[in-house]
Amino acid sequence: MENLLTRHRNLSVLAAVLFVQVFGLAVQVKRSNDPQQTRLIRYWAVTAITPFERAIVHTQGAVYGVWHNYLYLRGVRQENRDLKAQIEQLRLEQVRLSQDASQARRLQVLLGFKEQSILETMPAQVVGSSGSEQSRSLFLDKGGDDGLKKNMAVITSDGVVGKVFQVYPHTAQVLLINDQTSGLGAIVERLRLQGIVRGSPNGETMLEKVMADEEVQAGDKVITTGGDGIFPKGLPVGSIVKVSSSDLFLKIRLRPAADLSRLEEVLVITKMQDVAPAAGDVAGSQRAVDILAARLPGVPEKTETNKDGSTGNAAAGGVPNAALPKSTPQSAPQAPHQLAPQPAPRNAAKKPGNESLPKLLPHSLPHSGDPQAKPAKSLQPPPALKPVSFSVSDRKP
Amino acid sequence: MRLSQTSPEQVEVYRFPWLAAALIPALAIFFQAFLPAHLPFLSIFDVPLLVTIFLGVTRRNPVTGLLTGCVIGLIQDSLTHHPLGVYGIAKTVVGFGASSLGVKLDVENAASRFLVTYGFYLLHQFLYFTVQRGLVGQALGWAWGHELLAALANATAAVALFAVLDRFKQRN
Repeated sequence: MENLLTRHRNLSVLAAVLFVQVFGLAVQVKRSNDPQQTRLIRYWAVTAITPFERAIVHTQGAVYGVWHNYLYLRGVRQENRDLKAQIEQLRLEQVRLSQDASQARRLQVLLGFKEQSILETMPAQVVGSSGSEQSRSLFLDKGGDDGLKKNMAVITSDGVVGKVFQVYPHTAQVLLINDQTSGLGAIVERLRLQGIVRGSPNGETMLEKVMADEEVQAGDKVITTGGDGIFPKGLPVGSIVKVSSSDLFLKIRLRPAADLSRLEEVLVITKMQDVAPAAGDVAGSQRAVDILAARLPGVPEKTETNKDGSTGNAAAGGVPNAALPKSTPQSAPQAPHQLAPQPAPRNAAKKPGNESLPKLLPHSLPHSGDPQAKPAKSLQPPPALKPVSFSVSDRKP
Repeated sequence: MRLSQTSPEQVEVYRFPWLAAALIPALAIFFQAFLPAHLPFLSIFDVPLLVTIFLGVTRRNPVTGLLTGCVIGLIQDSLTHHPLGVYGIAKTVVGFGASSLGVKLDVENAASRFLVTYGFYLLHQFLYFTVQRGLVGQALGWAWGHELLAALANATAAVALFAVLDRFKQRN
């Protein structure tokens, strides 16, 4: 036996090394359900490599900043003029959106909706990757010492990127949504169909678990449901590129909203909060229930005489009229400059420095993929009742 | 063009200064992790694999070759989110194969380097996919077109890279 090993020394060493690795792999696969521990070799490798990556990325950023902020200023004046014009347009758009948002908040209060809103985000820079086509993950220049934790959502101003998979003191590994092992609850915005977004073996982003008889079309937008507890509701995930039918479920390919192959800066959502819209949002103003009650047909005004001889309205669940604020749905709209939108409370909590986040917020307003979404949809005022005019000046500052 | 060597006397064994032996694999892993994050098309190259093949065929010692492949593979594994050992196993076999082949073949000319790298790249990918599918239980998509193209790209890159790395080797 000893002779055999000596004679085939090279092969014996190869077999031994392979055996150790296969055994180690089997142990890791077996323990994959346990809370993940960071292996020492991972810790060493990541700690050894990422400081150099950070140094290069930061140096590159500094050089780029000096060049573009101080030296190369060609066309800046014209760009400034264009941006000012764009701001004017956006202000008008914002007025319209703030009205829609206030209406949505009122309806949310009616249903006691709770939604997760982004309370704090942390900008981070992408410094490296896994270096493997089969492991779609990135390394950030922020880690546990900066407050990052596992399973925090990672986004850009365009949409969802992935989640924090592993945290090291000065860096964090992010698993992208197009990795095969990732999974994210998503919904087709137009049809309110729920599915799971995950990566395909060759790196495409797919929407799975949508039944084959659904009428999903290319171009449909897909957003997060918020049901996975990692991503807030309503963030853009991507748009459908191709739909093909397989046996039971559709095979839906997505184009991610965020360009996953060219990520430089991302936002990590470090704090989320379950927010039920405060009653203060609607107090002092006319309530949506009043508007709907006033406009719904077929509820005759019933006047009854009270014991003391005064008259009151017993409609609307017997709530006395005096308890309701006066409904003035037909009040004259104010001039646009008077309707200057005020920041919503949840936006106000956002930390400074997250300039790219507002682009997301219109999406994060109450889109919903879960069962709560259906009643929300049915509560929209019927087309015949539009336009409903809300007095924005009634909102609390 | 002569690809085979007939006698062991013709085989030249090289060694590397310890700094080069440590830095070359380290730099390969660093570039593999850093560059694709900023230039995604570079992810088609597997620089640590090229270094494993180069060190194997140059040193011509199977045990050293397989151990070098094992270490490089395990470090590469540690940067992914997959279990440790998938790249480790694939590169161990490649390191062993490259150093064993180095004894039998003349790997000093560009054509043989191209062919050797082309073959070992495909072997590496086959082993990687087999281990990932068989032991880890993860179905990876094997696309022949992509793999053959990647093998071609890596073999071409190997010819240039090996010429640069030749400067560091010393005759034993």
